[in-house]
Amino acid sequence: MESGIFFSDYAKDMALRRTHAEKIRLVLAILFAVSAPWLASKYQLTLLNQIGIAAIGAIGLNILVGFTGQISLGQGAFMAVGAYTSGLLAKNMGLPFWAAVPIASFVTAGVGAFFGIPSLRLKGLYLAIATLAAQQIIQWVITHWDYVTGGVDALVIPAPTLFGQRVNGEFKFYWVILFCLVLTIIFTVNLFRSKVGRAFIAIRDQDIAAEVMGVNLFQYKLLAFASSSFFVGLAGALTAHYRTIISWERFTIETSILYLAMIIIGGLGSVSGSVYGAAFMVLLPALLNNFGRAMHGTIPALDQIIPFLQQGMFGIVIILFLILEPEGLVKIWRNIKDYFRLWPFSY
Amino acid sequence: MDQFLQLTLSGLTNGAVLALAALGFVLIYKASDVINFAQGEFLLVGAYVMFAVVGELGWHWTVGIVVTVLVAVALGMLLERFVLRPMIGEPIISLIMVTIGLSSLLKAVVSGIWGTDERAFPSFIPSDPINVFGATVTTDKLWAIAIAAVFLVAFNLFFRRSSSGIAMRAVADDQQAALSMGISVKKVFAMAWSISAATAAIGGIIIANILGVSGNISGVGLQVFPVVILGGLDSIPGAVLGGVIIGLLQAYTGGYVGHGLNSIIPFIVLVLILMVKPYGLFGQEIIERV
Repeated sequence: MESGIFFSDYAKDMALRRTHAEKIRLVLAILFAVSAPWLASKYQLTLLNQIGIAAIGAIGLNILVGFTGQISLGQGAFMAVGAYTSGLLAKNMGLPFWAAVPIASFVTAGVGAFFGIPSLRLKGLYLAIATLAAQQIIQWVITHWDYVTGGVDALVIPAPTLFGQRVNGEFKFYWVILFCLVLTIIFTVNLFRSKVGRAFIAIRDQDIAAEVMGVNLFQYKLLAFASSSFFVGLAGALTAHYRTIISWERFTIETSILYLAMIIIGGLGSVSGSVYGAAFMVLLPALLNNFGRAMHGTIPALDQIIPFLQQGMFGIVIILFLILEPEGLVKIWRNIKDYFRLWPFSY
Repeated sequence: MDQFLQLTLSGLTNGAVLALAALGFVLIYKASDVINFAQGEFLLVGAYVMFAVVGELGWHWTVGIVVTVLVAVALGMLLERFVLRPMIGEPIISLIMVTIGLSSLLKAVVSGIWGTDERAFPSFIPSDPINVFGATVTTDKLWAIAIAAVFLVAFNLFFRRSSSGIAMRAVADDQQAALSMGISVKKVFAMAWSISAATAAIGGIIIANILGVSGNISGVGLQVFPVVILGGLDSIPGAVLGGVIIGLLQAYTGGYVGHGLNSIIPFIVLVLILMVKPYGLFGQEIIERV
């Protein structure tokens, strides 16, 4: 009868996958990821692709909010920077897909770091409000810089090519997104085993103590903004090439809020939580939509209120999670595991 | 000169609405340290309740205002009791997110009941054009400024003279000390939320009277942030002055510069203020250096 997980040496404690159950789950996850595109229908594959892109963005945001404790309401704008940079590079300069996306990510990292400068002086809600301003200002620049971005008109981006093959359709794009997501996860998980990641967590937990222990606050906060924005930009760039048509409406303050909701519902400061949260927030409106279509025969009026139902459920889910389980899906999953591990003597 | 006066008046009207919204915002922040992202939705609810009572039921506008204020008060109390009170002591991000969730929920409920189309508001304030210092303005704007001013003065008196108002200031100043003096902090929180919802609802009525009712009214919620940052997050006179300044600034940039810059100028001011004087014009400075 075990009462918990204990390690007898440091190597085991520091390993990424520490228990047999974790290793088995990893294998299952890989099997799922590899087999999914063959088994899933086109609609399901669309959802999977959306989840994948959202997960990359959510992990990026979680680096900043969940791990470093800097609240950002500028997610939507940073995604827009990634999307527009990548899209314009591919469209106007003819840059190949594999070059445009990383360049866009780095550009977004730079922009993110720039808008992270106020974090030197501002904390908590003042910073949140400053990033809200960043969101509005970037959005204004995109809609008014007609010469470059096309203003309020949609930007049409040619379908990308990789290794001489056109990457179009859900199936081919699935592998691109999966590749990026796996890279993002591996990088982020390892980031928080390194000096930099630990410094981020120290800043979140107690910034003055972190400063006293030799963490250069300004440098690390900017680094947090940059690395977070890098992945947010990656998610934006992927959105651009995946959709092939983008407009500023995709990247408003509502996107920022959606991503914050993902990491709150998934679990702040958790990489797997970001993925769960992304899946939850993509699936919730889709399920409501299907529900509305299924009930169309019985309650015809339901179709019309589905958008409001989606918006209302979005609010209710956030409120309920914050009140009932502020640590999110990750904590619920942990509780379930603990329950069965200790069953039937849970105390 | 004519244009200048016109812009000044519309700026003042806009500023008055912003000031009312910001006042409620500051009230909640002062009492309970919660940043309320649902302030714009309080305006929305107020506008639509007034629309339902006066426009759809056809009752007199005085009844409409009374009903609207009562609904807003009840709404504020309900939200405080069932959403905000369980959140006491949670980190800032949770408080921000819970009010964002509220805003989404309120918006969904309002548009679920009344739809999203813009509708004409049953105009109860006369809007005849009159001549002020050589500029032609409609009287509804003057009325809006007057109504807002009356409420602002009333609130000022409430906080200075009434015992409830003084209790609220006491709680804002020091919760523990207020508790030990026999003030019910819970009651004060509930009061802060209901008063805030009520002022916002009045603001909503004023704005709906000028622009008509639509979902766009909740957009004021975001413009409140530059106002309160400019005035200082915990300062009631700051909220009023900030509202007027931002309102005027928007009107002038809209009139003289254009390019939609008026929608963004408050946020540029916001960033500048945050860089130079983060606690605003009248905000209490909490010095913490890192």
